Amino acid sequence: MSATQTAAGASAAPTYSPREMMAIAAGRFIKDGDVLFAGTGVAMLAATVAKHIHAPHAHIFFESGGIGPLLEELPMAVADPRVMAFSNLNAGLVEAFSYVANRRLHTIAFLGAAQIDKYGNMNSTVIGDYHAPKVRFSGGGGACDAGSLASGYIVFMQHGVQKFVEKLDYLTTPGWLSGGDSRRHAGYRRGGPIAVVTNLCVLKFDETTHEMYLAERYEGVTPEQVQQNTGFALDVSRAALTEPPTAEELRILRDDVDPQRLILG
Amino acid sequence: MAQHNGLDGKLMTIGEAVERFVPDGCQIAVGGFTITRNPMAAVYEIARRRVKDLHLVAHSNGQALDVLVGAGCVRRLDIAYGGNGRFAPTCIRFRKAVERGELQVEDYTNNMMSLRFLAGALSVPFIPSKSGLGTDVIAREGFPAELRGTEGVPLHKVVVIENPFADGDDEVVLLPALTPDVSIIHAQQVSTDGTVRIRGLSFADLEQCKAASAVIVTCEEIVPESYLRLDPDRNALPPFLVDAVVLAPYGAHPTACPCFYDYDPAHLNHYKAVAKDDESWAAYLDEWVYGVESWDAYLDKVGGAQLARIRANTVAGYAPGLDRRSRR
Repeated sequence: MSATQTAAGASAAPTYSPREMMAIAAGRFIKDGDVLFAGTGVAMLAATVAKHIHAPHAHIFFESGGIGPLLEELPMAVADPRVMAFSNLNAGLVEAFSYVANRRLHTIAFLGAAQIDKYGNMNSTVIGDYHAPKVRFSGGGGACDAGSLASGYIVFMQHGVQKFVEKLDYLTTPGWLSGGDSRRHAGYRRGGPIAVVTNLCVLKFDETTHEMYLAERYEGVTPEQVQQNTGFALDVSRAALTEPPTAEELRILRDDVDPQRLILG
Repeated sequence: MAQHNGLDGKLMTIGEAVERFVPDGCQIAVGGFTITRNPMAAVYEIARRRVKDLHLVAHSNGQALDVLVGAGCVRRLDIAYGGNGRFAPTCIRFRKAVERGELQVEDYTNNMMSLRFLAGALSVPFIPSKSGLGTDVIAREGFPAELRGTEGVPLHKVVVIENPFADGDDEVVLLPALTPDVSIIHAQQVSTDGTVRIRGLSFADLEQCKAASAVIVTCEEIVPESYLRLDPDRNALPPFLVDAVVLAPYGAHPTACPCFYDYDPAHLNHYKAVAKDDESWAAYLDEWVYGVESWDAYLDKVGGAQLARIRANTVAGYAPGLDRRSRR
């Protein structure tokens, strides 16, 4: 896939990168007034985009304890002083998880991971054998907690067969577990993955089987291309075309959200 | 130091504090989170003294973890996340040490680790949680079986039980409490009687300190007791929990200390580059840790202009417009 795309047949349409499309596609999931839990990286970018474009009254908070910051500058980590500036309040981890798990709140988490399976379970821990790993990652931080306790989560991943796998090397974050009712039987009262936003498309989960399916593809991306980059069989029959970013969405993303291109690259 | 008399012998140099409270093989909790308020002056001192076989317990540690692991001070680690955010999505020396089998790791989550500290603070032996059911965080143990029940390692990583107060599909995860031998945090202000004030987020620093057998607080400023008593709602820890107070301006560098200075992007980007390679990493340790004779000398090396660049805006608490792509 090329670094930038142009809307076919629309000469005035803006060009944009897959990462910009990702951030904007994810931001559109957010409704004004939602309570958002943001992890590091593109997840943080999408939450910030949502706040600037789609949902100015969304409440963003971070597992580190930053509750409702203005986010005038993009944080580099969930503990960046920028999540503490002009916030509603500054707390700590125990307080932050009391908002993630709070039964009165509809909390949506934005997460990333190294691997995901067809039920939206994720790995942020190791590639290879757990006791002698080929690659060690950071570990899940609060991702497992958000997957366990929040009302739902949205995932950001680069699409590829190394990342969309039949079997995870380590299950860090609980999604729909083995599908169907398994999540509920495991002891969870709510939550689970809502959507996966990649550089190619948006994937969702079937309401009954909880298997991943292709919900939207970005312009210029074919269903075959999505399947080729996915390590398990994917239902592509329900795919719609994603609305490309508007000039205004792109302007806000580039000028206001990430002017130093810290995450957009 | 007459004006600090209320500190009753608690005021000491970082060398004295580490000598007294951080012996080889102890269990240690360090404060902060990824790129903010890591007690780096203390970490460098521990590395310089070649303290070894530490059991580090942390939620989301970043720079402190990576330097301690990279300097060979850590044998065993309970952790939720070892990363520096965008500066290093996985801490580089941590990653190498695990891949080389040099480190024993037990993976928990941020919620689990903060609850484990809270349990330690409350002197209860375990605490329930609904995190991790059905995952490998519950199913897989990192520490070898023969270690269980020895050297402060609990008999089990976690225990899953049915909620004893209700019927049906309601499993809970029991987490063992943590009671570290020592907790080290970096705070903005300590008063002349030893009261601690933290600006910005407190992370799990307070639970860590309340759970520990000894507490070292390094700080930006020592301020009059009367000043912190004017606004006690903003104070974090009482004097009677604090065993050592160390005045260490810029003591969290290159991580941020909200309202005093931002993280140092030039240093962190430089670190990211040199930590990847064993030779340049060894040179970094020589240059920034082993070869630095005092904290003054360290700050001179960072340089006045750079310290001015990262100085926090007094309103925002960070350095607005700071170029976060720069490298030393």
